[in-house]
Amino acid sequence: MQQGLLEVQELKKYFVTSQGTVRAVDEVSFVLQEGETLGLVGESGSGKSTTAYTVIGIYAPTAGKILFRGQDISAPVSKRPKALKRAIQIVFQDPGTSLNPRRSIGQILELPLKVHGIGTRRDRRERVVELLRLVELPEDYFYKSPHMLGGGERQMVAIARALATEPELVILDEPTSALDVSIQAKIINMLLRFQEEMGLSYLFITHDLSLMRNVASRVAIMYLGKICELAPTEEFFQQPLHPYTQMLLSSIPVVSDDEEAVKPKKVVSQGEIPSPVNPPPGCRFHTRCLEAGEGCRKALPEMVEVNEGHLVSCLKYQPGVASASPRAQEEVEG
Amino acid sequence: MEKLLQIEGLKVEFKVYEGLLKVLNGVELALEEGERVGLVGEAGCGKTTTMKCVLRILPSPPGRITAGRILFRGQDLLRLPLQRMQRVRGRGIAMIFQDPTAALNPVFTIGDQLMAVIRHGSRDAMNKKEIRRRAIAVLREVQLPDPERILANYPIQLSGGMRQRVCIAMALSTEPELLIADEPTTSLDVTIQDQILRLLNALVERRGTSVIFITHSLGVVREMADRVYVMYAGSIVESAPKGELFSRPLHPYTQGLMRAVPKLTGGGIAEGIPGRIPDYLNPPPGCRFQPRCPHAWERCSQAPPPLKEVEDGRQVACFLYEEGA
Amino acid sequence: MAFWKRPGFQRRWDSVKRGWYKFSKNPVSVVGLFFVLLVSFLAAFAPYVAPYPEHAGRFVNFSEASQPPSLKHPFGTDVFGRDILSRVFFGFRYSLMMGVVVLLLVVPPGVVLGLLAGYYRGTWIDTVIMRITDVFLAVPPLILALAVCSVLTPSVFNAMMAVSLMWWPWYTRLVYGLASSIRNEFFVQAAEVAGASRSHILFREILPNCVSSIFTKMSLDMGWVILIGSSLSFVGLGAQPPTPDLGTMVADGAKYLPDQWWIAVFPALAIMITVLGFNLIGDGLRDLFALEEV
Repeated sequence: MQQGLLEVQELKKYFVTSQGTVRAVDEVSFVLQEGETLGLVGESGSGKSTTAYTVIGIYAPTAGKILFRGQDISAPVSKRPKALKRAIQIVFQDPGTSLNPRRSIGQILELPLKVHGIGTRRDRRERVVELLRLVELPEDYFYKSPHMLGGGERQMVAIARALATEPELVILDEPTSALDVSIQAKIINMLLRFQEEMGLSYLFITHDLSLMRNVASRVAIMYLGKICELAPTEEFFQQPLHPYTQMLLSSIPVVSDDEEAVKPKKVVSQGEIPSPVNPPPGCRFHTRCLEAGEGCRKALPEMVEVNEGHLVSCLKYQPGVASASPRAQEEVEG
Repeated sequence: MEKLLQIEGLKVEFKVYEGLLKVLNGVELALEEGERVGLVGEAGCGKTTTMKCVLRILPSPPGRITAGRILFRGQDLLRLPLQRMQRVRGRGIAMIFQDPTAALNPVFTIGDQLMAVIRHGSRDAMNKKEIRRRAIAVLREVQLPDPERILANYPIQLSGGMRQRVCIAMALSTEPELLIADEPTTSLDVTIQDQILRLLNALVERRGTSVIFITHSLGVVREMADRVYVMYAGSIVESAPKGELFSRPLHPYTQGLMRAVPKLTGGGIAEGIPGRIPDYLNPPPGCRFQPRCPHAWERCSQAPPPLKEVEDGRQVACFLYEEGA
Repeated sequence: MAFWKRPGFQRRWDSVKRGWYKFSKNPVSVVGLFFVLLVSFLAAFAPYVAPYPEHAGRFVNFSEASQPPSLKHPFGTDVFGRDILSRVFFGFRYSLMMGVVVLLLVVPPGVVLGLLAGYYRGTWIDTVIMRITDVFLAVPPLILALAVCSVLTPSVFNAMMAVSLMWWPWYTRLVYGLASSIRNEFFVQAAEVAGASRSHILFREILPNCVSSIFTKMSLDMGWVILIGSSLSFVGLGAQPPTPDLGTMVADGAKYLPDQWWIAVFPALAIMITVLGFNLIGDGLRDLFALEEV
């Protein structure tokens, strides 16, 4: 495989708490190619945000490697070289809390420029105005405070801040989940346009599969700290393989019968998401899986490439392993 | 047929430093016995404020109801003495909130809280044993495993989904005639949301409870309602049976909203709706959606379009559908 | 461009006006503000508004000693024949000075230590700062002040030093709590990811979000410090006669209770009004700094 822009190799991030060790991210590996959008999808406790924060350096990895253009960057952000901070940026989920309520929009947007010593005071001012124009906000927002803006406008400011240093990789941590759909549409389209114009790569964290269908070039599904399926978007939605993926897809409320047809029918959501403090042994999903057999409780499934670029981590698809349950066997034979 | 709940011309204002926020601008909503109605709209459109008026829990000041009636079984709730209103809450109308964590008191056990609701809300006097039996029964009904143990648990010991099940159990334990569910699954994960929605649907069907389901998600409302009201900037813009609304939305706002939803079938995301929700301090003249509407013409800024029946069972507040327009 | 026409200034002015609107909705704080402004005015212009400014210091006129309140002396006179009203006006000066000086000495170090400890929560910096803070918090301020003042010579200056020594940990504790939660806010993370320096994060990102709580506490503390100062003077360990300190005046007057009640009661009321004023303001201050969502 060619070298990607970002390579994450067997990344682990554990947190020690009073209740025990939280295995937030447990041996996650993926490659993000230049110019693509990789969707990292999961529910709460899946470790998708932790993965993102470890890549950006808010957390230091417990084990594993993060390579950016082949260079090892597995260090917290305070220890990373400045050029790297310029190249990787992040847009946080809630624009209400990611902008300091006591600073003006101008001050917020100027900060990354100041830190990286870009231009004189006057240049920076001009650049900030340019950034505001880029995200289609009026110039006089320079003096406004975040709380005077609507949620969508705040997120535009947060995006402008991420783009201020002309990054190569932008991590989008649920950038629209706190916003209304009509505003989401505008922001997503803007993000897609920037990607094209500036050659950006996106690591897109979300819980919204419908959104990923329309945005990502590849989708990775996470469950309790592990990736269970990774595939190119088209194939992913046509042929979801992992039982969890199928359950997730069938749980999505949709607005038309055409979409209803895409959802796998027979998979009914059941059970609770276990705590990542003591994740179940074997396959992490076996407690809720409709097809789980004896083997799933013991053996940890490996990542198998079923089709080109379509990876899945389930005993059902693992060659040489006795099938998990009779039902799965039928499917393989059928 | 008599309506169970009928909201007529409800107007609410909030007094703030800058002046008066005209938050609700004549809300019209009706619900028949046994009906499941969805109220869908984006953040800040006034859906929760409307329901707070129904339960008379609108914080006042700064809020003030300036006009309108809320008829529950023909009785105007806004004019009911507080004591009788107390009886309507719970036994007549119960509510499930968005955040199950905030709705439960963290220092009391589930049993304390649930049994208190049953004791105050039930029609006939019960002794302790009966109350406990009843509590266990409702917990079982919301499919919580091991209800005896859950009674002794504190909210923090349960997951978000389980807490919401407890809240549903509480709301239904007094057998209300109308259940108001305010975004009950917004804070939950997709797979858990699916379970809760299925549970709610099964419960209200079995009991014949009427439901007002408030949500910002068109997808969720499609699963939860027979009829849908679409709300924008303080008034109802469209009301239609579920199937027709989704196959053929009439109001330009509903159309824009429907386009903006990302589809599981792909095909990219439409541009959405330009602009943002209006400033309630100085709302635009005429139709409040007019500044963002692709079809707006002169007339739209002159007077607000009334909510009118255009087809059988379909109402729209838009001049596009006036006869002769 | 004149500074008041700049958009940045306009924005701030607007938020002040909005804050005042909310402040004025709270009648209790308005009363507090009135007391504080009144006391401050009387203190600032004591030599001009006091009917007998010369009575503030060493002045004796036994022919008018111990007179009850009258038109000539609304608060009466003390045993040396000094006008109590005039002395109370000058007394406000000492009380306010005590409060202001102590807070000026106490707030900056307290806040900085709190910021550091909060930002580095869980590290040795946190441990060292907060354990020292705990030690200081374990000693009652009045008792330590008593001890310090009785070892050193009793004076206003020593009293202020003693109180200051005990007061900073409250600010450290307050800011520590705030900073350690604000540090986890996404805007701080965003600044860190952008590569901002530690001092930027501490003073430009975190501190502005603590200001409203700090000011609220300062307002309440003004009252407390004044009370402690007066208590020290009352027991003779603070301001020394003939300084017109309210605490000293109450102490002197106490000897003549209940017959010549006015000598003690009016200075005592003056203390009460001052302390009450600052306490009542506190609530409203919080509103003044609140941000309004649109």
